[in-house]
Amino acid sequence: MSGILNSSIGRKIAMALSALFLIFFLIIHLAVNITSVFSADLFNELSHFMGTNPLVQFALQPVLVFGVIFHFVLGFVLEVRNRKAVGNISYKKNNGAANSSWMSRNMIYSGLAILAFIVLHFIDFWVPEINHKYIEVLPEDPTRYFGELQHKFVPIWRVIAYVVAFVFLSLHLMHGFTSSLQSMGVASSRKKFFKNFGLAYSIIIPLGFVIVALFHHFNH
Amino acid sequence: MDLTLKIWRQKDSQDKGQMVDYKVTDISEHMSFLEMMDVLNEQLVNTGEEPVAFDHDCREGICGMCSLYINGEAHGPDRGITTCQLHMRMFNDGDTITIEPWRAAAFPVIKDLIVDRMAFERIQQAGGYISVNTSGNTQDANSLPISKHAADEAMDAATCIGCGACVASCKNSSAMLFVGAKVSQYALLPQGQVEAADRVKNMVAQMDLEGFGNCTNTGACEVECPKGISLENIARMNREFMSANIKG
Repeated sequence: MSGILNSSIGRKIAMALSALFLIFFLIIHLAVNITSVFSADLFNELSHFMGTNPLVQFALQPVLVFGVIFHFVLGFVLEVRNRKAVGNISYKKNNGAANSSWMSRNMIYSGLAILAFIVLHFIDFWVPEINHKYIEVLPEDPTRYFGELQHKFVPIWRVIAYVVAFVFLSLHLMHGFTSSLQSMGVASSRKKFFKNFGLAYSIIIPLGFVIVALFHHFNH
Repeated sequence: MDLTLKIWRQKDSQDKGQMVDYKVTDISEHMSFLEMMDVLNEQLVNTGEEPVAFDHDCREGICGMCSLYINGEAHGPDRGITTCQLHMRMFNDGDTITIEPWRAAAFPVIKDLIVDRMAFERIQQAGGYISVNTSGNTQDANSLPISKHAADEAMDAATCIGCGACVASCKNSSAMLFVGAKVSQYALLPQGQVEAADRVKNMVAQMDLEGFGNCTNTGACEVECPKGISLENIARMNREFMSANIKG
């Protein structure tokens, strides 16, 4: 097994597994967020559950944070290794668009945009939440979540930043979804289905987050 | 047609190298790209200059020797061909054509447009073979039934000529299409099963040792491969590798 972890294919598989984990997490995240468009009470209820349930807080949340950090760190490690493999002299003329998609060639840049967004997102929601619960230990109000969410999307600059980040997320997923399955060795007989499914996922999930941000900006 | 050529010139592996401009005139559109290079070299020899060094051998698209990164693409702008099969009709009179060697740390430049592709040979030596007793008691080929589908897929993988266009086209200089093809051509056949686990582990280990990059599934290799080797071979190699390591 140690051969897997020290090999290029092992790193591919680790990258793919962490990607698939984060892809699954996005569905959960959007499922909770989208309820805020339909019902403030349901959103509060789900957020309160997520924010107070010990299993979510002390088991799933650390796994998620680890998954995010792992995916980013391994992404950077692979980028550094790949740049080394290319060597010091690059092509004077390189027509990358002739044989590959922009998304596939620029995963590091869409990834960096998403990383910048996650930093903003943590400052916006995660840091105040940790402060509320574990640092200042303020009294818990199960109805506070919807108001906090709406309040965050009042400034237009934040809405624009979120929408731009979700465009990058969409571009990242357009290559990342099918790429992770290819790395896991998914056979070609199933590729057409996964390609279409991946494209739909890459558009629908970020679009859902954009709708939530815009909805609360225009309905606060 | 008259052309301007921007060609990478490098005296030897230690030289820094640079792009040098040349003019060639009266090039027929029926010439192959390498014949156009021959015309340039004849011109250079006649003027007492050092001819441009480039790899070539069969000039029939079979041997995998010719390389060249032409106008930003391995083997030039056409599809499913090697450079020797590229015709000058793909270009227009007055064009400027940029010609560079394969770029990858594992393919160091030896001279001008020639790179050292021995890394591929070492990967092959690490496991790209089957052990067959050929000492007079070789089995009849038909004694081992093989499905048409498996035979076709193995043959498709075996058409890889090891030219290195996959590495040259890859933004990560990954050799996984080459290694995937070499692993697949044996993995699909019963004769390849005996050494299957060792083969994939040893070939991948050698590939990593040579300093090739990590595949990020851009698919550029598949598009630029003169033999149309499919990305499915990389997926199969990944499955073979996982299976070999899990089994121990």
